[in-house]
Amino acid sequence: MNWRTVRAVATKDLLEVRKNRIAIWSILGLSFFLSVGMPLLIGLLPFAAGPSSGDLGPFETLTHLLPPGLQDLPIGSRMVVLMLGYFLAPLFLIIPLMVAAIVGAESFVGEKERHTLEGLLYTPATDLDLYAGKVLAGAVPAVAAAFLNFGIYAVMVNLVTAPLVGGIWFPTVSALALAVWVGPAVALLGVSASVLVSTRVETFLEANQLTGLLSLVIVALMVGQGSGLLLLSLPVLLLVGLVFYGIDVVLIRIGAAIFSRDRLMARA
Amino acid sequence: MTMAIAADGLARSFGTVRAVDGVSFEVSRGEVFGLLGPNGAGKTTLIRLLAGVLTPDAGSARVLGLDPTIDGSAVRSRCGVLTETPAVYERLTARQNLAFAADVFGVPAPGVGRRVADLLARFSLQDRADEPVGGFSKGMKQRLALARALIHDPELLFLDEPTAGLDPAASRQVHDLVDALRDEGRTVVLCTHHLVEAEALCDRVGVLAKGRLIALGTVRDLSDRLLAASPVALSFLDPVTDAVAAAVGAAPGVTIAEREEQRLVLAAPDDGAAADAISAAVRAGGRVVAAGRREHTLEEVYFALQEAPA
Repeated sequence: MNWRTVRAVATKDLLEVRKNRIAIWSILGLSFFLSVGMPLLIGLLPFAAGPSSGDLGPFETLTHLLPPGLQDLPIGSRMVVLMLGYFLAPLFLIIPLMVAAIVGAESFVGEKERHTLEGLLYTPATDLDLYAGKVLAGAVPAVAAAFLNFGIYAVMVNLVTAPLVGGIWFPTVSALALAVWVGPAVALLGVSASVLVSTRVETFLEANQLTGLLSLVIVALMVGQGSGLLLLSLPVLLLVGLVFYGIDVVLIRIGAAIFSRDRLMARA
Repeated sequence: MTMAIAADGLARSFGTVRAVDGVSFEVSRGEVFGLLGPNGAGKTTLIRLLAGVLTPDAGSARVLGLDPTIDGSAVRSRCGVLTETPAVYERLTARQNLAFAADVFGVPAPGVGRRVADLLARFSLQDRADEPVGGFSKGMKQRLALARALIHDPELLFLDEPTAGLDPAASRQVHDLVDALRDEGRTVVLCTHHLVEAEALCDRVGVLAKGRLIALGTVRDLSDRLLAASPVALSFLDPVTDAVAAAVGAAPGVTIAEREEQRLVLAAPDDGAAADAISAAVRAGGRVVAAGRREHTLEEVYFALQEAPA
């Protein structure tokens, strides 16, 4: 593999995305909503100032996930902490997934739609160089966006909950694992799936719709967490991340193996 | 002479369509070779096969001594391709487009800035080098695409319809460029619909129809093979009288193809018959001021080929 070529392809794609206003505003809008809007909204909900005693009904069993100092909080505060720290945290994975899906879905089919694919295929870049460059172009901003947004989210959660909790408590160990272990795995999942899809479909819209189905994975994690079926404790998160990384490796290997310049050119 | 391209029975189908069907030809190094044919004749597919981005169903090729099916990357690193549409990145600037091409074509990193600046200047794009290409005219995009095709100083250039949609001035620039490339000793394969352009620029041409190479050679070779002897034009000082026309038409083997006020165009089987016709015109009182054979144009050859039975 020629790293200079891989880097050039990735850098070019990132430059193009940076100048794609729709993509940038979509990413910024979603990031702002999840990282800033959501903590504010939850912190301001009426139950934050709810009764000081009682239980959380079906969510009461989740209380044991909280750090010891937070388990005795008033019920309203406990609800806020649980929501921000546990229920909604998996929603975060939407950000790397979305960034990866936008950049990845644009990769080959986007070039085809803009009539630049033929020029790219006439370069000496090998099939593997091109595929790796496209994957890198999606992975780097997706992981960066995930980390950046997690940092902002952590600051916002602590700001919002400080009056309720009396100090800094976020990120918890499981939230940190979610961000640094599961987040990149989900970013790679988005990239590997979307680049793969991008080599097989005819339009960007088609690619985007197909990769959008990946958000169901995040929804499943949230439902699992909320219903108590899949509590995202540290061991579970490590396992979930491992499974995602495994899927990533398989998808990237399949994508690189079936990537065909001939096939792309024949349909260009 | 060493061959830049040697194709032997190349064939490629898409579904049931045979886009290239057993094409064999050679192009010498330093030659400007024209590929002619109507839309869908297989010109672009043939370039793709030679550049190693499509794999042939049958046949083989050597391009700069390499097999593009096996050494596609090496072939492409020594070839420049101008695609039918400019295929430039419209969200990037002209400089960014060329810098990207320099990186993927392996131009040594320390020289990239200089190379990009030189090409921007050569194609008169330096004043708008840092503007997004989306705002460029078609001619400017085409010039940028040409600059990109030359970024790695290729030995062989495939130019697919390089003047399509360009105004006369921009077309003239492209013609000058092809001449300059020839002078530099590069090999150029020019796909074009413009027969006048091909005639002016190409050393030899190949004519494709329905994926098959139906003719190959210089324009002169093809016209000698396909057409009757080229016409002889006689220009007179005075209007052509019936007597003069009758005398000329009576010369053995000669027929009058066109008659104008002061001009006759004759179909004469050879130079002897043409000389007899001129003598007859003079004897009949015609004052001949000019006489000469008019070579067949590539256009005449091309249409004779298209009309010839398969």
